[in-house]
Amino acid sequence: MKHLLSTEDLSLANAVRILDTAEEMSSVGEREVKKLPALRGRTVVNLFFEDSTRTRISFEAAAKRLSADVINFAAKGSSVSKGESLKDTAQTLSAMGADAVVIRHWASGAPHRLAATDWIDAAVINAGDGTHEHPTQALLDAFTMRRHWTKLSGLPSTGADLRGMRVAIAGDVLHSRVARSNVWLLRTLGADVTLVAPPTLLPIGVERWPCSISYDMDETLEKGVDAVMMLRVQGERMNASFFPSTREYSRRWGFDDNRLRALDSLGLKDTIIMHPGPMNRGLEISAAAADSPRSTVLAQVKNGVSIRMAALYLLLSGDTREPAATLKESS
Amino acid sequence: MAEETTYLIRGAAILGGDAEDLLIRDGVIAARGADLSQTDTAAGATEIDADGLVALPGMVDVHTHLREPGREDAETVETGTRAAALGGFTAVHAMANSTPVADTAGVVEQVYSLGRAAGWVDVRPVGAVTVGLAGEQLAELGAMHDSRAQVRMFSDDGICVHDPVLMRRALEYVKAFDGVVAQHAQEPRLTAGAQMNEGEVSAVLGLTGWPAVAEESIIARDVLLAQHVGSRLHVCHVSTAGSVEIIRWAKSRGINVTAEVTPHHLLLTDDLVRSYDPVYKVNPPLRTNDDVQALRAALADGTIDVVGTDHAPHPSEHKECEWAQAAMGMTGLETALSVVQHAMIETGLMTWADFARVTSTSPAGIGRLTDQGRPLEKGEPANIVLVDPGARWTVDPSAMATMGRNSPFRGMELPGKVVATFFKGHPTVLDGKLNTPYRYPSEAPVAGAAGAY
Repeated sequence: MKHLLSTEDLSLANAVRILDTAEEMSSVGEREVKKLPALRGRTVVNLFFEDSTRTRISFEAAAKRLSADVINFAAKGSSVSKGESLKDTAQTLSAMGADAVVIRHWASGAPHRLAATDWIDAAVINAGDGTHEHPTQALLDAFTMRRHWTKLSGLPSTGADLRGMRVAIAGDVLHSRVARSNVWLLRTLGADVTLVAPPTLLPIGVERWPCSISYDMDETLEKGVDAVMMLRVQGERMNASFFPSTREYSRRWGFDDNRLRALDSLGLKDTIIMHPGPMNRGLEISAAAADSPRSTVLAQVKNGVSIRMAALYLLLSGDTREPAATLKESS
Repeated sequence: MAEETTYLIRGAAILGGDAEDLLIRDGVIAARGADLSQTDTAAGATEIDADGLVALPGMVDVHTHLREPGREDAETVETGTRAAALGGFTAVHAMANSTPVADTAGVVEQVYSLGRAAGWVDVRPVGAVTVGLAGEQLAELGAMHDSRAQVRMFSDDGICVHDPVLMRRALEYVKAFDGVVAQHAQEPRLTAGAQMNEGEVSAVLGLTGWPAVAEESIIARDVLLAQHVGSRLHVCHVSTAGSVEIIRWAKSRGINVTAEVTPHHLLLTDDLVRSYDPVYKVNPPLRTNDDVQALRAALADGTIDVVGTDHAPHPSEHKECEWAQAAMGMTGLETALSVVQHAMIETGLMTWADFARVTSTSPAGIGRLTDQGRPLEKGEPANIVLVDPGARWTVDPSAMATMGRNSPFRGMELPGKVVATFFKGHPTVLDGKLNTPYRYPSEAPVAGAAGAY
């Protein structure tokens, strides 16, 4: 595995290996000295073409806990401003000796371009590209789900997948890289996924995805669900007629207090509520839901550092970046 | 005349039929027959052995972007027409989206003059429908028609004439001089920010979709407008199966509509976008295999009249970037013949005679070019291309005459090579290489009267 670009082409073996490595990494975070020497002397560049403080500091913390040198490159460029090209930026980083580039970009496919061209010879980690993928988010979500799922069954989480787990992903699927990465990864891990959204916020072609589709949040809950992942929805979407108003959206597709109570009345006592953040409280998720014991929002943030440590470690550690025998090479 | 050389093409399969000789003199086909070498008229002729080659009328492109004036870093009339000659063309229609836009007699005459100075092919400027391609006010269509460039085709290509009233007026107005409006069918509101075909692949890639309905709804509207005002409509680069059905319906109703398909839409699909390589970014976008098959069938049965390359060269920096930042467009002049042979002839859907119809006769008819797309008969203008149908070659954009390196066919092995191109009786291409340009007589009294017709 030279790069981590998407979960669509991530094999089960690789996915489980990243999750298992993250379990080991999480124990580092419990120590008084939260640092490993694994990546000493290696340089990790956080190349962010789009503002994302949360993801950036998560990667920064991950790299630093592995003793890597971290360079933050906030190449915030708009789609119209013709500043330095991605090619020139990549070649500049290459000349500076970057071993890994963590890239966040507003354009879908930008990490693939870095990995496919000869602009730079570094490991590329996709930290979210446009409306395409956000693989480390999906991995930390899966990590969070796996801990919950194995705790219920009393089995060790290491080595486990998510077979049998019912996951609902609700909200603006059309514009969500988190939803896409989760759909592919959860399929690979064996979970049953249902997307819940207004038809306007589902992409044409979604019927070919390995999941079920529902337009009805309540019906989805009634059928039984082990995790509900609420996606952030931008209020401005109503200006482009994706939905009539934020209130109507909230009533039909938001996780509000009534639906929080419904989990109890439906007997779904172990169902967790997830959100990748940042949340729009009162829009896609109510404050009570976000703050309830069912909420894993903060656990997700914490697990994010472990997952990113695992990804960096697996891509950069040792004396080689050749694919390990059990790992499928990403394309 | 500029030169007096006589050429005898020996044993070429005329339109893929029986092998015959063609004698070329003074810009025309002086004779056609089984063995002309012993005849007196062939005495002193330069012989070209065409054994195994197919002779076709010079190809006519209804849709070429030569980029000059304004974007000489992408292409010039000189480089673009060299590419055209190498690709087997003897005429190209230069689209109007230059800088300044070809929306006045002055600009179309400039492009026309550059074409004549280059001398590789007949350059027929296309006039803009609206001033500055802005879609607000009709350009001086009549002035462009009356100019030395004699514009007959008008298009805002790259931008759709989406205002229905403006489109109606344009269709009506060009009736005054037998013009045609070539529409880039793209409903703008349905394609805001569109990056690729909307469907299964765009859903996975997270790229904003360009739905087929945005093309089909405009074509449906335009054929009805053309019927209503009794005018002539040409639909540029048809890309969807649904568009084919609408055009088929319109033709069955007797509506005066012609349609064009690009070589890339006959061969490539949106699966290629999975690479995020902007060399596959084009407008209209690459569609699905179902669309490709429908377009092939439509070209074979005449629903789609012509192949147009939509040759759109771009500087490399406009393609070496993120997909969303990249320019739309592909080069096509030097691969059109091979791609059409591969997609249409080697699949058994068309013969070489059909090829001549869709690449020469019909496009010349749409553009009203009287000396192009003619039969290969005695007395006709000697615009001829000789093709080796058995050759195979691997596409190498860096070896092309166009300045654009954005060929989506790079690395593909394709059949068919242009061996020679005769433009007004002069070989612009010989042995598969550029020869010399045709030189117009220095004092042409009337535009278009040069040559020997």
